[in-house]
Amino acid sequence: MNNLDKVRGTMRRDKVWPFLMPKQRKVDISHDIILYIEGLTVAFDGFKALNDLNLYIKQGELRCLIGANGAGKTTLMDVITGKTRCDSGSAYFGQNINLLEESEPDIVNLGIGRKFQKPTVFESHTVYDNLALSLKDNKSVWYSLTAKISAEQQDRIDSVLDTVSLTKERFMLAGALSHGQKQWLEIGMLLASQPRLLLIDEPVAGMTADETERTAELLQELAGEHTVIVVEHDMEFVRSIARTVTVLHQGSVLAEGSMHDIQNNPDVIEVYLGDEA
Amino acid sequence: MQIKRESLLQGAILGSPICRRFLLILGVSTVIASLCNLLFPPESFFHVSTFSITLMGKYLCYALLALSVDVIWGYCGILSLGHGAFFSLGGYAMGMYLMRQIGERGVYGHPTLPDFMVFLDWDALPWYWMGMDNFGFAMLMALVVPGILAFVFGWLAFRSRVTGVYLSIITQALTYALMLAFFRNEMGFGGNNGMTDFKDILGFDLQSDTTRVVLFATTAFMLGLAYICSHYIMSSRFGKLIVCVRDAETRTRFMGYKTERFKVWLFVYSALLAAIAGALFVPQVGIINPGEFHPLNSIEVVVWVAVGGRGTLYGAIIGAILVNFAKTRFTAIMPEGWLFGLGALFVVVTVFFPEGIAGYMKKIRAKFKKKSDVDDNQNSTDNKLKLAQERT
Amino acid sequence: MKPFIVNTIILILGCWLSSALAEGTAPTMPSSTSSTSTNVQTAENIAPLLTALTKAKLSKSAKILVQLEQTGGTAMLPLFEQMLNGKLYYQRADAQIIYQVKDSNDTKQYFDIFSKAPLGALDSSLVKKIRVNSKLRTHLKNTIARIQLNHGNDEERLHAVIKLTEKLTQASIDELSAALKTEVNGKVREAIEKAIALYQLQTSEDTPSKLIAIAALSGSLDSKVRNALLKLVEKNSEGKYIEKDRKVRVAVQAELKRIDGRIKIFGFIEKMFFGLSAGSVLLLAAIGLAITFGVMGVFNMAHGEMIMIGAYTTYGVQLLMPNFMEYSLFVAIPAAFLVAGIVGMIIEATVIRHLHGRPLETLLATFGISLILQQAVRSFISATNRPVVTPEWMSGSLEINPIFSLTYNRIYILIFSLIVFFLLLTILKKTALGLHVRAVSQNRAMAKSLGIRTAWVDSMTFALGSGIAGVAGVALSQITNVGPNMGQDYIIGSFMVVVFGGVGNLFGTLVGAFSLGIANKFLEPATGAVLANILVLVFIILFIQRRPKGLFPQKGRAAD
Repeated sequence: MNNLDKVRGTMRRDKVWPFLMPKQRKVDISHDIILYIEGLTVAFDGFKALNDLNLYIKQGELRCLIGANGAGKTTLMDVITGKTRCDSGSAYFGQNINLLEESEPDIVNLGIGRKFQKPTVFESHTVYDNLALSLKDNKSVWYSLTAKISAEQQDRIDSVLDTVSLTKERFMLAGALSHGQKQWLEIGMLLASQPRLLLIDEPVAGMTADETERTAELLQELAGEHTVIVVEHDMEFVRSIARTVTVLHQGSVLAEGSMHDIQNNPDVIEVYLGDEA
Repeated sequence: MQIKRESLLQGAILGSPICRRFLLILGVSTVIASLCNLLFPPESFFHVSTFSITLMGKYLCYALLALSVDVIWGYCGILSLGHGAFFSLGGYAMGMYLMRQIGERGVYGHPTLPDFMVFLDWDALPWYWMGMDNFGFAMLMALVVPGILAFVFGWLAFRSRVTGVYLSIITQALTYALMLAFFRNEMGFGGNNGMTDFKDILGFDLQSDTTRVVLFATTAFMLGLAYICSHYIMSSRFGKLIVCVRDAETRTRFMGYKTERFKVWLFVYSALLAAIAGALFVPQVGIINPGEFHPLNSIEVVVWVAVGGRGTLYGAIIGAILVNFAKTRFTAIMPEGWLFGLGALFVVVTVFFPEGIAGYMKKIRAKFKKKSDVDDNQNSTDNKLKLAQERT
Repeated sequence: MKPFIVNTIILILGCWLSSALAEGTAPTMPSSTSSTSTNVQTAENIAPLLTALTKAKLSKSAKILVQLEQTGGTAMLPLFEQMLNGKLYYQRADAQIIYQVKDSNDTKQYFDIFSKAPLGALDSSLVKKIRVNSKLRTHLKNTIARIQLNHGNDEERLHAVIKLTEKLTQASIDELSAALKTEVNGKVREAIEKAIALYQLQTSEDTPSKLIAIAALSGSLDSKVRNALLKLVEKNSEGKYIEKDRKVRVAVQAELKRIDGRIKIFGFIEKMFFGLSAGSVLLLAAIGLAITFGVMGVFNMAHGEMIMIGAYTTYGVQLLMPNFMEYSLFVAIPAAFLVAGIVGMIIEATVIRHLHGRPLETLLATFGISLILQQAVRSFISATNRPVVTPEWMSGSLEINPIFSLTYNRIYILIFSLIVFFLLLTILKKTALGLHVRAVSQNRAMAKSLGIRTAWVDSMTFALGSGIAGVAGVALSQITNVGPNMGQDYIIGSFMVVVFGGVGNLFGTLVGAFSLGIANKFLEPATGAVLANILVLVFIILFIQRRPKGLFPQKGRAAD
């Protein structure tokens, strides 16, 4: 029925086809909270990857998610970005947008960007094209047939290239980059899309100490204007950037607070840090 | 920088040397062949027989069909084993028009009904035959019907994210189902025998040399046009995204693009090219029957593209012409051997030459370039950098 | 068949006058109690009669035949039968009665009618045909039935009753009632009683005897009974019932309702069986594919040709052992498994291995292989269909009642497909190879790092899948034509089954095969075979849209 209505909708003469019209919905963040996750549960074959998870992220925050393997960090990101459907619970972007109803591309266009664990760049395109395609822009089919890069967007690309120091490699095919450079390009693509909320999955895996430091700087720079959620195993890295840390354990939140609080939380010590200590 | 983008997007239509070269070859050879047929008498050395003209016209139709497969397989990675369906539907629409043009000259001499309907004792035209005596309407149908089929099919398939082998086999099942359907007499498309014995098109006798040459030239023109369009599309942002979809669809979706829409429209575009090829094919070969829907035909197209080199456009055209030329020759000399040859071609191309002729030529050219560039190659990266700095 | 009909027509036309005259001298039925005479008597009495038969006009033949029956009894059976077939001749020279058989070269061979001694190919001028007309033919049929009824074994007697029931006359009823008195076999008795009741129903005028007849016929599914009943409730041209008595009509209606109900039930069971049978064919064709597709992710377009190879192996085996046709299939099954398996292994090693991780290219390459294999068969064996013999024990059908019978070959193939299925299931569940295969199908990379030789597993899997296709070919050779294109008919169907059931799930394949087979057979009467095929295809296309992973998808995080 829903589909039928959709079909009917496409026939209305007084309306432009939705894919011809860029979606411009404002995110309502009047309560200063950008992401509400409530009672989220996801089960795979009986195994609960997320179990009644509750999480609130403030506008402009830099939040670190830590937890053992299988604690549900990646699954949480999957649900937020629409990759995995959840069994119950709710996820709201701002006050007004129900993320569970949106498709993956719509979620991206609403302003949620994600960097995957494994860097995926388009290897048969140049670095420049990779960034140009990621720009925040009209992403409809018909527009893309005649799309041109505006001067403004050109500046944006240049500045991103500079940030991720790939200016020299701008005309190289992305496939020819080193692993670390691909990581940076992926971050660059995220920046080019100018998201409100960044979900970053293990950003420093495979990076040198030097690069790790630069990443930490970059993330701290981004926070404030953007909201950043980082998943990371490297505790050293987490310590260096963390303001608020959330510990996940078996699909739900175990503890939340500053790095100092977390390190002294007896539960956390038992299940997670205990191994290290 | 700005300049570079502009040139890449807009100038690409005629700016690319390969594209210009290809169009030049196509145009010149078409004009020469046509003139040689019309100007020189049959006994002249330079005369090109009407038979050859028709044969070349047929090859060009196949080339257009190959182009349509290359657009979605080479660039988007969707292996369609059912493009023969769109080709045949286009052909049937043209066939219906030509059938209506026969009029009273049919065996039974019925003013409106085609022979096979008289034979089946039908007393009126079915509704879907209405208006097919109008050339414009028939050609519109030749595009609309395959287009809608492609849209509905693509929309269903891509929306549910059916990909890879699944999609290939479903496309094959699609053309197979259509074949079964068109074999039925009750469908009203001539059943087993299809449609043939056409007399004229737009009032011109189909058997005359001039009509044949014009049809051939039209095919060449349409092929050129389709090539330009495809080239434009593939060098636009749309084309780049299509390649993204081929390489990492999920990632493309996470850049905010609704990939299924891009795929559907590309699929429709490709189906339209195939339908045009079919519509041009029928008046030249003079027959259309359900055999054209056979899955084997559709898969053969894929091997033309593979031989020529996919994802290059011109490669598909070269492949289609070469393989069909070989087929004509081979089946004349040893008809038994052809299927062995075709089968072997499938295996050899996929295992040893996945890049096809175009890829092979690229490699050779790259080798030559390396040799000649060896002197001034030392600081090519520096050159590039300079170039880039100049532009920004 | 044709010349026979033409002959008959000419005979009928030629003898129309004489047979019309013969009306008056129609033979009276000899009493059934006439016992067989001893051989000595027979020989003496028969010789003149036989001579008379050769000389008699058509009109007189009947009389002679009656006398022959009375004196000759069972011994005359071959004579009557050959005469009925129009193959009875006599030598012009000595009036020896002979019959004609055409041998495989189409030359006419003659044999003595009683001793069956071969006389070779006689010149047509030396022999003359003993003519028959339709009247005589009816007479002969009845005579044969009568002789068998009185002297045959159980089966012959039953057959005779059924023959007589086809055209009941008062005379044959007398015959049957007489036979009933001495008959001991229950089945034959039942048939006779039914025939008598049927006759009663058709001829008697009074209500009680009709009702008794209806009660006696109750539950019979014979089409003759149904027709007789239908006649009783017909209306004449004025819209009035021919049968006046309402009681009879009510009884008939009730009985007809019962019969129709049963016909419906059996029709349903029959369709179900055809569906299961079609499903078993699909299952055989698809499980090999399910394994290769499930484990290796490779869609083998040459799978149909593996089936073809199996069928041709059957043909080859039968050529090699022409005297042991009954056992040929038992040899063909392992042979086909080996041949197809080895071909599969070669294909895997030479082509598929080199295309690892490129499923679409594999699709194309295996399609090329299928073209080569088809053409190879066409060029080196024959482009036409090959005859594969169906052993005696597989032909014929299991008759459950007059409207419902199951052919043996389909029953055996249904059973066979289930055996193959469960055998395969056992292999996958219980053997080391099976364990490795399952491991590779779930997580190839992990299996490899655990030390499983994935290349070897691939090779074995492909050989196993192809071998099973070969075995399927043996079964298919029994129900379809064996030709170079036979494999193509199964490739799309098999794929549909695999996809419908869910890739990597053998039980899904089982359910998929049978449900598609049954769906197809139930659609067929409503839409016709072609449209049913199309509808199933369309359904599957839509189904894949809804559930891309099939009915029984593999679940869990690894599935993504």
